[in-house]
Order: sequence, then structure tokens, then C-alpha cells
Amino acid sequence: MAAGDRTVLQFSTQSTANLSAKVHPLVIFNICDCYVRRPDQAERVIGTLLGSILPDGTVDIRNSYAVPHTESAEQVALDIEYHHNMLVSHQKVNPKEVIVGWYSTGLGVTGGSALIHDFYSREVPNPVHLTVDTGFRNGEGTVRAYVSVNLALGDRQLAAQFQEIPLDLRMVEAERVGFDILKTTSVDKLPTDLEGMEVTMQRLLALIDDIYKYVDDVVEGRVAADNSIGRFISDTVAALPKLSPPAFDKLVNDSLQDQLLLLYLSSITRTQLGLAEKLNTAAQIL
Amino acid sequence: MAASSTARSFLQVAATEEVVSPLRVVQIEGLVILKIIKHCKELSPALVTGQLLGLDVGSVLEVTNCFPFPIREEDEEIEADGANYQLEMMRCLREVNVDNNTVGWYQSTILGSYQTVELIETFMNYQENIRRCVCIIYDPSRSNQGVLALKALKLSDSFMELYRANSFTGEKLREKNLSWVDIFEEIPIKVSNSALISAFMTELESDTPVTQCDYDRLQLSSNPYMERNMEFLIECMDDLSMEQQKFQFYYRSLSRQQAQQQTWLQKRRAENMARKAAGEEPLPEEDPTNPIFKPIPEPSRLESFLITNQIANYCNQINGVAGQSFNRLYLMKSLHDN
Repeated sequence: MAAGDRTVLQFSTQSTANLSAKVHPLVIFNICDCYVRRPDQAERVIGTLLGSILPDGTVDIRNSYAVPHTESAEQVALDIEYHHNMLVSHQKVNPKEVIVGWYSTGLGVTGGSALIHDFYSREVPNPVHLTVDTGFRNGEGTVRAYVSVNLALGDRQLAAQFQEIPLDLRMVEAERVGFDILKTTSVDKLPTDLEGMEVTMQRLLALIDDIYKYVDDVVEGRVAADNSIGRFISDTVAALPKLSPPAFDKLVNDSLQDQLLLLYLSSITRTQLGLAEKLNTAAQIL
Repeated sequence: MAASSTARSFLQVAATEEVVSPLRVVQIEGLVILKIIKHCKELSPALVTGQLLGLDVGSVLEVTNCFPFPIREEDEEIEADGANYQLEMMRCLREVNVDNNTVGWYQSTILGSYQTVELIETFMNYQENIRRCVCIIYDPSRSNQGVLALKALKLSDSFMELYRANSFTGEKLREKNLSWVDIFEEIPIKVSNSALISAFMTELESDTPVTQCDYDRLQLSSNPYMERNMEFLIECMDDLSMEQQKFQFYYRSLSRQQAQQQTWLQKRRAENMARKAAGEEPLPEEDPTNPIFKPIPEPSRLESFLITNQIANYCNQINGVAGQSFNRLYLMKSLHDN
């Protein structure tokens, strides 16, 4: 190196400053399922992440599939043809899903990952690498997302640094509905409308009880009053519309009557169906 | 390996089981439910279908994975494409040790209007290759009511025999004692998750006391939903009355034909008496070439059964939603009083 010539190790941080990723729980499910089903000699599972890039730059990870790979101490080999076949098939169903990165199970980023990351960066400009720790090594399941940044010394590429980006687990409302079901290991039957309603009302009741207890505690001085909570409570109570009792009663009764009318109509229809069926099949031809 | 051992056990099960135990429960994995929800919701309001993969064990049908079908256009060359897609997907999934057996298919529906002839035909197609298959129906429009509307359906055996014989006349139905409730059998669904997944899920989304779906359930406005339901119901009633008119017409023409036959027979008999008196050969009492003897085909009751099923479904839905609304209204009332 020439004497006055300083080369600076460049960390290009500006491109990754505002990058974040959102993961749908389906992806986690897929990854766990593939991990459970992996062939016995494989230690970890590698696969492709599909999704889209939102207009504000966040990467939305929506789907994934596993790719068979062979791994030894020195090298990692991915089945590229399989990867392409699956990609084509998935795009037939949903052409908007494109490759946004890849995942692997296991806690950290290993040496072989850099090669795979390189391969994926040939397909997509800035792939996201997701690691899902299925071994629960930290005592909890950690899901982390990384992007790779090239460390360059002057003009020479030294290494790729994996920088972590914030990850957000988000769920669509329809999935939230089934969420209780998805948490436990087995559910004996799906709840019907009324059962679900019952559960909801019980929860609401529990919440109201909590608030009562809290207010009682504050009044009796057992718990220090927290102004923000007090404001929240007063907001909630004030959210009840101020209607005079007769007006409110009229509203409720009107809605009740509408519902009763609909119930009556549907019962009539069912009676009609029963009658019609008896007539249809009981008719005897001479 | 894990893959071949499941393959072996399936072969064993298929070989040793002579008596088909009735299907009691469909066990679905959470993964499948999420996939179905995602697929149906992304492409709604279009109706979508997909294939279910899993294992058939005893009286439980396990569904362990699924994949969606691309929307098929009505084009001959894309038909072969669709079959290729299926084979390709099955092959790829096989390589990652996913159960490779088709156990049925799923489809999305709008407000529960899924009882069509195509559904029955698809069932019959599947039934020829697979011993037991189910159809899972998912209704994405009910999820904003806070209900997971997932149903597993199967055609009942007696109905299938009748359908194969392709005869839906009154006597046959009375023989088998088959009415419109017997066409589809609904099978209870059980959900199971691997321990790893439930650990992850509990980890990532802590148990909040109130979830989003509670907010959805407690929403007071169910009017738009009820209105659409009623609209569909009214249309179905119109269809049903049209079918019934067809029957009326049939009966009327049948009785008219019989009256004609009687008069013709009497005329023949009178002629024969005259001929016997005159010593000639009596004419035969039947004349197959006479058009009034041509049997009128009885219209099939399949359509009316399906429509009846659909109407019953709508009524059930209306009942369910009305019940929920009652709860909500009373809750509101008591809150306000306090």
C-alpha cells in the first residue's frame, strides 16, 4: 500500500437503515412442518421465501417452500432445478409472489450460508435471510431476519456481513379468528357461532371484573393511581352513547324485532321445505 | 426413512383392512387451515379450489398438507397444463417428505351456496380413485363475523349408489328412504398441531386477554350480512318453486295421458266386442306405436334436493347470526342500564 493511501473499511449502512420485514405466520408453520419432516441425516432445512416488496420498502414474506439440499463440512449444495420447478408452480397460482429471500433453521448464520445467500442474490437484488431457531437454544424460539452487506476494503470485496433487520409478525384477521385453534396441540372440535360468542362474552366479563378490581384498589389506596389508566377508563365509559332510556329502549327493541322477524321467516321456510318434501316423495302414481 | 415407513404403513393398512370403517373424524393440521384461509382470502371474491393431501387411518382421515390450484380458464390446452401442475406439485412435495396421497379437495364458497351438481360430479370423480375423500368448504365471508366457517363434507353412500344408477324417481327414493338431508354428510373436524409449532406460536403471540376475533364478534352491525343471506334465500325459493312447477306439470300430463289411455282402451274393447259379434279376430288391446302410450320421463329430483339443501343451509346461517345478534343486543342493554 502506498504511504499516504488510506483505504477505509466501508460499512454501507444507509441502504439497510429503513429495511424491515413482515412475516406471516403461515411461513413459520411451513418451516416448522418442513423441519419436522426433514430426512434423518439432515441437520437443518433450507428453503425459499416468497412474497412481495411493499411500496414503502418493507419486505412482506407470505409463503415459503423447502428445497432439498446436501450439506457436508466443506460445502453446501442446493437442488436448483427443484427450486425453479416449485417457483414456477407457485407462480401459476399467485403470480404476484416472487422470491424475496431464503430461510434456514438453526440459530446463527454459518459459513455455508454465505454461499447460499450469494446464489439467492443472483435471483433477487437484496435477498432477506430468515433464521428460525427450532432448537430453542436461547430458551425461546427466535426468528431473525438478516440482509447481507458487502464489506469492501477499497475495491476489494472482503466478506459479506449479515446485518439484522427488524422483523414483524403480522396476521390477517381471518387467521386471527382461528388463532386459538392454532396455538394448542389439538382441538377436539371447531367452535360453533354460539360457543364462540360465549367465550367472547366471558372474556369481556373478565376484563370488566379486572377493571372493577383495579378501580376498587385505587380508591382504597392499595394501588397507586395511574393517571393514564384512569383516563383510558373514563374514555371507555364515556364511549357509551348518551341516549335517553326510552330512545335507547326503542333502538334495542327495534333491532330485536328485526332479528325475530328473520328467525320467523327462516322457520317458516324450513316448515315449507319439510311439507314440500313429504308431498314430493309421497305422491303415488296409479 | 420417515417417508418409506409411512408408505409401508399405508400399504399395510390398505392391504389388511377388508371392512371399511366409517369415517368419523377429519383431523386437520393447523398448517392446512392457515393455507386454506390465505388462499381463499387472497383471491376472493373469486371461488378457488385446491387439493388436500394426507393419510387415511382407520376412522380418522388425517389431512396434513394442501396446495392450491391455479384458476383454470376454459381452454382445452390448459386442461393438460392443469394436470401437469398437479403432478409436478405432488412430485416436488414428495421429495420433501410430505404425504403424497390425495384425500380430497377444498373449495371456497360465498355465504354457503356450495350445493351444486358440479360438487357432486367432482365427488364421484374422486371417489373412483380414492376410497375415502372429503371436501372441505371454507367461507371467507363469515370470517369478519368472527367465525371460522370450515366444514368437512362427504357424500353419503346411499346417495352415491343412486347417483351411479342415475335415477331419482319417486319410488326409488322412497325405497331407500332417502330425503334431502341425506345427500351430504357433515363430518366433525379436529385440529391438531405439532408440538414445535404450538411452542412457536405461543411464543410469538402471547395470550392476550382479548383477541381481534372477540372484537369482530362483538360488532353490532350484522345487517349487511343478513341482507345478503336473505337475498340468496329468496333466489333459492324462486328456483325451488320453478322445480315444483315442473313436477306439477309432469303429474298433470301423466294423469292426462292415463285418462287418454283409458278412453282408447275402452274404445278398443268396444271394437273387439263388435268384432267378436261379427266373428272377426279381436284386435290387440295394446298398441305400442300409439303416442299416448309413450311413457313420459319423470323429472329428476336431484336439482330440487340440492336447492332444498341450500335453503336449509341459509336458514341455519340466519338462525346462527340471529342468535348472536340477540346476545349482543341484550349485552348492550345490560351495559347501558348499568
